[in-house]
Amino acid sequence: MTMSLGPYAFFIVASYLAVALVVLILIGWIVVDYRRQTARLRAFEARGVTRRSGRGAADLP
Amino acid sequence: MTLIDLANPTRFLSLTARILPWLMAATALLLAVGLYQSALAPDDYQQGATVKIMFIHVPNAWLAMFVWGVMSLSALGTLVWRHPLADVSAKAAAPIGAAFTFLALVTGSLWGRPMWGTYWEWDARLTSMLILFLMYLGLIALWRAVEDPSRAARAAAVLTLVGAINIPIIKFSVDWWNTLHQPASVLRLGGSTLDKAFLIPLLVMAVAFSLLFVTLHLAAMRNEILRRRVRALQMQQASQPRR
Repeated sequence: MTMSLGPYAFFIVASYLAVALVVLILIGWIVVDYRRQTARLRAFEARGVTRRSGRGAADLP
Repeated sequence: MTLIDLANPTRFLSLTARILPWLMAATALLLAVGLYQSALAPDDYQQGATVKIMFIHVPNAWLAMFVWGVMSLSALGTLVWRHPLADVSAKAAAPIGAAFTFLALVTGSLWGRPMWGTYWEWDARLTSMLILFLMYLGLIALWRAVEDPSRAARAAAVLTLVGAINIPIIKFSVDWWNTLHQPASVLRLGGSTLDKAFLIPLLVMAVAFSLLFVTLHLAAMRNEILRRRVRALQMQQASQPRR
């Protein structure tokens, strides 16, 4: 089965590409942010800085 | 596990670590099913194949408003109950809500050009959605501009609750004013006017995008908790006497 998008294919494809691009940017931003925060917590742990609760800085579940 | 248990950020992180993989898998699966159904949906007798834009435009528009609703509940949590995760939730949701609003505007514009003959019209629905997008950006700027997190949280919570007035304006703008935008055809008294061939893929995509929001929101909340932990450690280190 082939899908024909007719004379307005550009608008349909552009809409789906825009959604895919923005969702991928959101996912990428969240992944990079998580890595950055965990790296900073590990750096604290390496310097011997612990949380007030006594747990290690990078002590994540 | 109760809501009070989740007030503890460490317990929240533990719960998030357990459920995020399942949420990611469910989101990917439902998005795949929704996209497949959208591709197979027939052309509309008036709009032709451009009706396929509806399957991504409508979920983004619904979520643009829903996320502000989530942020409004979080704002109440900050101001009334002083829940420790309320501001974390609102701050994490804002960029995601802004992205959904941006996508609703862009896909609406790309749908409008072939159907209305114009990318943009300063009518009530489009203008109120643009205002929502600007309010999201304003809130994000506020969180970044105020250094003290508790002051930023209270200011953002008040602004969020004031901005919530825009949500019913967006929803009912098509009934209150003359507009190019079509009136509600799914969430309306008397039931949906959409044929099942369009309604089912639309609802599947709406659930998929809602799951996407929950997944991204929980992951962004986890990041925000870690960011606050980093900040606390920086303050702790700065306050220790140097030997």
